[in-house]
Formats: sequence, C-alpha cells, structure tokens
Amino acid sequence: MFLQQLINGITIGSTYALVAIGYSMVFGVLELINFANGSVYMLGAYITLMIYVNMLGNFWLSFALSLVLTGMVGYCIDRFGLRRLRSKNVPKVTGLITTLGISQVIEHGVRIFFGSETKAFPNMIDFGYVKVAGATIGSSQVIILCTSLVLMICVSLLVYKTKLGKAMLAVSQSSEASKLMGINVNGIISLTFILSSSLAAVAGTMVGMYYQNVDASMGFSVGMKTLASAVLGGVGVLPGAMVGGLLMGIFESLGASYVSSGYRDAISFAILIAVILVKPTGLFGHKQINKV
Amino acid sequence: MNRLFEFCARNGWKITAVVLAAMIVFPFVVTSSYVLRIAITVLMYIMLSLSLNLLVGHLGLMSMGHAAFWGIGAYTAAILSTRFNVSSLGTFLAAMVIAGVFGMILGLPVLKLKGYYLTVVTLGFCEIIRLVELNSMNLTNGPLGISRIPSLNFFGVVFKSSRSVYFVALALVVLTVVVIYRIVNSRIGLAIMSIRDDDIAASSIGVNVFVYKVMVFIISGMIAGLAGAFYAHYISYIDPSGFTTGQSMDLVILAIFGGLGSIPGAILGAAVLTILPETMRALMEYRSLIYGIVIVIMMMVKPDGILGKVNFKYIRQRQQMEKASGKEGAQA
Repeated sequence: MFLQQLINGITIGSTYALVAIGYSMVFGVLELINFANGSVYMLGAYITLMIYVNMLGNFWLSFALSLVLTGMVGYCIDRFGLRRLRSKNVPKVTGLITTLGISQVIEHGVRIFFGSETKAFPNMIDFGYVKVAGATIGSSQVIILCTSLVLMICVSLLVYKTKLGKAMLAVSQSSEASKLMGINVNGIISLTFILSSSLAAVAGTMVGMYYQNVDASMGFSVGMKTLASAVLGGVGVLPGAMVGGLLMGIFESLGASYVSSGYRDAISFAILIAVILVKPTGLFGHKQINKV
Repeated sequence: MNRLFEFCARNGWKITAVVLAAMIVFPFVVTSSYVLRIAITVLMYIMLSLSLNLLVGHLGLMSMGHAAFWGIGAYTAAILSTRFNVSSLGTFLAAMVIAGVFGMILGLPVLKLKGYYLTVVTLGFCEIIRLVELNSMNLTNGPLGISRIPSLNFFGVVFKSSRSVYFVALALVVLTVVVIYRIVNSRIGLAIMSIRDDDIAASSIGVNVFVYKVMVFIISGMIAGLAGAFYAHYISYIDPSGFTTGQSMDLVILAIFGGLGSIPGAILGAAVLTILPETMRALMEYRSLIYGIVIVIMMMVKPDGILGKVNFKYIRQRQQMEKASGKEGAQA
C-alpha cells in the first residue's frame, strides 16, 4: 500500500517537476510568475490529441508537432505579451496580470474550439505491468518517470554546462549587465519561454496518457500545484524545482490514501506553507541580502 | 486626458458628491431589476476591490487569497442566519470578526515572507479554505452549499426589494470608502506606504513594520468578510465553487486594472470589469475569451491600470502652488 502510493506519487510528481522547472526558469530570468504555464500544459495535451485524432493518426508525430506548437505559443506569450512591458519598465505585477489574462485566453480558446467536455486520451505507453513487493508498477509509470528524468538532466546540462545556459544564468543575475556583455537578452528570454512551454506540453501529454483523459480545466489546478512545487524547492533553483515537484506528488498521493482524498490538495498546500514558514526561501533557495 | 485629471483634482469633493447623489437617485430612475442586480454586484465588487487594493496597492503585498476572506464572511453569515436565526447586523459583525481573525491567523506567520513566497502562501491558504468548505459536510454542507439564507433584515425590517438591497450595498460601500480613505490619508497610511516603498528603510525610521502589516491584513480581511456576508444574504445560496483561487485572481485583476494604490481606481476597475462581461452576454462563450484579451491589451496600453499613475493629491498641490505663485506675481 505504502510502496504503491509512493510509486504513484513519484510518477505524478515527476510530471509536476517538469512544469515546475518551467516556472522556475522563467522566474529566474524575469522575476515573474508565468501563470500561463498551467494553461500551456493543458494546451500541449489538447494539441497532441487533436492532431492525432483529426489530422495525422500518428501519435508520436502529433506529440512532436505539439511540442513545436506549444513552444511557439510560449514564444508568442513573451514576444507579444511581455516584451513591450519590459521595454516600458513597468511594475512587475503588470506582467503577472498579463500572464493571467493569457491563461484565460488559452483556457477559453480551448473550450470554444475543442469543446469543454472531458475527452478520452489514448495511452500509447501501456505495455503491461510488473509486480514488485505487492506494488503494481505499470510500464507507463516507468516511461513517464524515465522521460521526465532524462528531460530534467538535459535541461540541467543545458543550463549549467553550456554557453547558452551560462547566458541564461547571467540574464537572471542582471539583464542590464548581460546586455552590456553582448548577450542577446530578449533571445534568451524567448528561449526560456519556449523551453518551459515545451516541457509543460510534454508533462501535459504524458499525464493525459496516464489518466487517459484530458479536460480544459486540468491546467489550472496543476498550474497552482506546480507553482507551489517550484516555490517549495526555492524559486529560480532548478534542482529545487525538481525535488519540489517530486515531493508535491508524493505528499499528494500519500495524503490522499492515508488522510482523506477530499483534503488531498489541502494537505500538499499545508505542507508547503509549513516548509516556507520554517525556511522562507524554499528548500534549496539562497538567502537573499537586502540592500536599502 | 491630463486636463480631465486636473479638473477632477480641482473638484474632488464636488465630483464625489455628484457621483454619490447620482448613485442615490439611480434606483429611482432605473427600475429594471436586471440592471439593479448588476449594480448591486458592482457595489459588492467595489468593496472587495477596495479592500484588496489596501493590501496590494498601499501595503504592496501581493495576495492571491482574498476570495478566502470573502468566503469566510459568506459562510459565517449563512451558518449563523440559517441555524441560529441571527439578524443581519449580527451576521455582518460576526463575519467581520471571523474574517478578521482569519486575516490575523494568515497574517501573523507569513509576514516575514517576501514577494512571491507570500503570494504562494496566500494562494495555498485560499485553496485550503475552499477545500475545508467543500469537505466539512456538517459545518458547510459540502459541495451542496447552503441554501435558503434569509434576506437582509435589520431591527426586524426585512430588505427584500432590489432597491432596498441596493441601498444597503451603497451604504456599505460608502462606509468602506470612508474607512479606507481615512486610513490612507493619515499617519497610518503614510507608514503603510513607506513599508510598500521599502520596508527596511521604513523600519529604520521607526515604523513598526510588523504591526502595520498585521493591521492591514486584518482590516482588509474584515472588509472582504463584510462583503461576503452581504453576498450570502443577497444571493441566498452559496457554495464553495464561488470562492476559489480563480476568484482571488479575478479580484487581483480588478485592483490592478483600476490602478494600484488609488481609491477611485479600485472603484472604477471593479465597475468596468463587472459591467463589461454583462454587456457581452450575447457573445455567450466568447465572453471569457474577450475578457482575457481585454486584460492583456489593457496591460500593454496602460500598464499601471486606469488611474495607477494619477496622483490627485499631487496635482492638487501643484495647482495650489501655481495659484499662489500667480498671486505673488500679480502683487509684484
């Protein structure tokens, strides 16, 4: 029972981690919570499904197309929604409201064009299951976990080991100084948005396969939970977001089975609040020095 | 536009009086119950937007949990009036006290948090409160909600017609505006705004940051609770789906759309964004889509909200200075 819940928790937690990385990266470079990320997660799953059902009939090709398209959506969010705001030097809350507005546009756009009912989603990664010590491990769980881990490692390598990643870290420290060093700041920010959106789309599609259904409101609650995971780990710190996402999934799954399924999300949020109160910068966050 | 603002600054009190008079006459001129219903909703959202504006705009703490206080107020009023037959005055006071207590419960521990950590904690708080409302069957009747909440009644007089309810709402809004105006234009207000601009600098000149933050949290929660109690009596049926985190975000949009830190802005923002979806009823499901687009465009065109950058006090002072220097010039 415990092992089973732990495995379920890790599986779902690994998808949370993918989305949480997106929040964390955007926060790192822009100091902005991108509330549209949850809707992009839902949009990714929808685009995969719609291309698969209505146009191509080949799931993996649809999945790939969906990643490209959501990446473009991410680019557009930054290019048309936020870049103008940056150049005007406006208060940070403005960007927050813009992303809230965009998430509303995406969510209701999906409702209008694809219908608001829950849709069945094919599970293409179900190849049976194995039993280990009384717990059932499905092939989809293994594949989801492995995909997430591989992606997380790739993103970490990209951010911490390449020149591009160095540029990203530089922008997150000071966009002014990076501009003076010849870094294309807007390009880096666009790249961050494209990456975070594609990661969200991967997570959305995998969760769609895992639960075998998608609906237009799935993005909202996951958006909040993943935002919470990013904060739990310490915003702007990638390993923090990963650990935060996994922990969030585990809390949720254990809380649902041992305490009460109705209070599942309440438990995860209560733990989040408790952690932040004890360690106000999240698990892996650095203490910031305030200058007056 | 600037001349309009200058005119408003010069005639601040007159315009307030005219608007108030118009609001009093309004229900006698317009008798359509549909329009009155919208007007009452607008008034309630003005209360919420003003109270949130005090927290976000004047104190500078981004809260995504304001709907929780609203819900706490609504549930307090609903439970007291359906089970214990408490009159509206009692439920209003109780809703304020309980929402204020929750404001303190949330405020005390989280106030050492900075920026987005605080935002996420308030968001989590809102979600927890909603789940408690959803799951505790014997207290809140769970997802079924509480129905048949009695209409507003003060001292044995029942306020049933739309017009009388409208006046109750108007009275509550006037009360809120007066309270917030008095707070903002006092030493307390100056202290609060100095905390917004820089809390370390504020504490270095002797502002007790902690006390003021808790105070604003409590006041803001109390006003939202009052709005919730009014809402429960007015709508006569409440369920947890009305007080979600999504609602909290909508409230934040109201406050920022109007202009942070501006009382007329908060009023205007709530009015515009409540009436706008109503005028688009014919567009059916496209309504929410357009609402989102309007917000995105608005933030691009006027990033500080409608009245965010307009400081009437400053404009008025400048006018007085110009007048004074003009007089001196004439004498010389």
